[in-house]
Amino acid sequence: MTRFQKNLLLGLFVMAVLSPMGILLPDKFGAGGAWGEWGPETIKGLLGYVPQGMARFSELWGAPLPDYSIKGLGESLAAQSGSYIISAVLGIILAGGLIYLISKLIIRHND
Amino acid sequence: MHIPDGYLSPQTYLPLYGVSVAFWSAAMRWIKKELSVRQIPYLAMSAAFSFLIMMFNVPIPGGTTGHAVGAGLIALLLGPWAAVIAVSVVLIIQALVFGDGGVTAIGANCFNMAVVAPFVSWWVFRLVRRGSEDKKRIYLAAFLAGYIGLVVAAAAAGAEFGIQPIIAKGADGLPLYAPYPLSVAVPAMVLEHMMAFGIVEGLVTAGVIGYFIKNEKGLVAALNR
Repeated sequence: MTRFQKNLLLGLFVMAVLSPMGILLPDKFGAGGAWGEWGPETIKGLLGYVPQGMARFSELWGAPLPDYSIKGLGESLAAQSGSYIISAVLGIILAGGLIYLISKLIIRHND
Repeated sequence: MHIPDGYLSPQTYLPLYGVSVAFWSAAMRWIKKELSVRQIPYLAMSAAFSFLIMMFNVPIPGGTTGHAVGAGLIALLLGPWAAVIAVSVVLIIQALVFGDGGVTAIGANCFNMAVVAPFVSWWVFRLVRRGSEDKKRIYLAAFLAGYIGLVVAAAAAGAEFGIQPIIAKGADGLPLYAPYPLSVAVPAMVLEHMMAFGIVEGLVTAGVIGYFIKNEKGLVAALNR
């Protein structure tokens, strides 16, 4: 690994540590979720009803770490921040690791 | 911009799966042919970067939140086809492990953020730079590449939301999936990305490209092709 690559990798882990900004800033500025990503309860509040297809499919997939949160750590902002950092590190390992494996398998030339 | 399950009808998400699969297969062939072993660490780190930058939710005070994607940056660094695979892998992990974006919508989300965004960014950079070596011109081109790439991706997502009430209604006449018409969904998605999240994408693109130019200029694909 070159010095430049080490610096980039260090930068990624700094980003992981800073990632709770992504929940603390929206909280501070009273911003809600993203447009078009509301859950069924929020949709009911917006429209007065939940579209049938949405009601049927919104819970289709049970992700192990929904919304980058780890169950059991609690709901406080501090606990959410901790979950966020763990998710960020997991993301580095999963995304970086998968791409590394895929490209190791298919890329063969050195120039 | 991560469309959840239940927002798109099968008539929308199935064809978009098809389009994304076609781009994945072409992108894998491109990577095998065009990238070298020494670029593997950068491709891997660029995917990690995209995952991380999407966690930085940017608030519009009292409004919605959104985030950069890093698709334009990866396109300029390693080529748009490399960005297709890097960002798609990230989006698939986000959907399966973190419930961010629907499993049925993986094709649509990959089309918007991993196909539209990087290719628009790549073309905008070339169009604005026009072969210039002037630093200011290159930074401006990189900013606009990230900015416009994300805004056009948001417009695509808005259009996918907006056609749902037209193509999928229940027996009672109410929409079955995403309820807002094109006249609401497209402006909502485009404006918030023009005013806030696209600017972040532009700054991230120009900033990191600048860091690469200072340290390892030879690595920046958009400057070499």
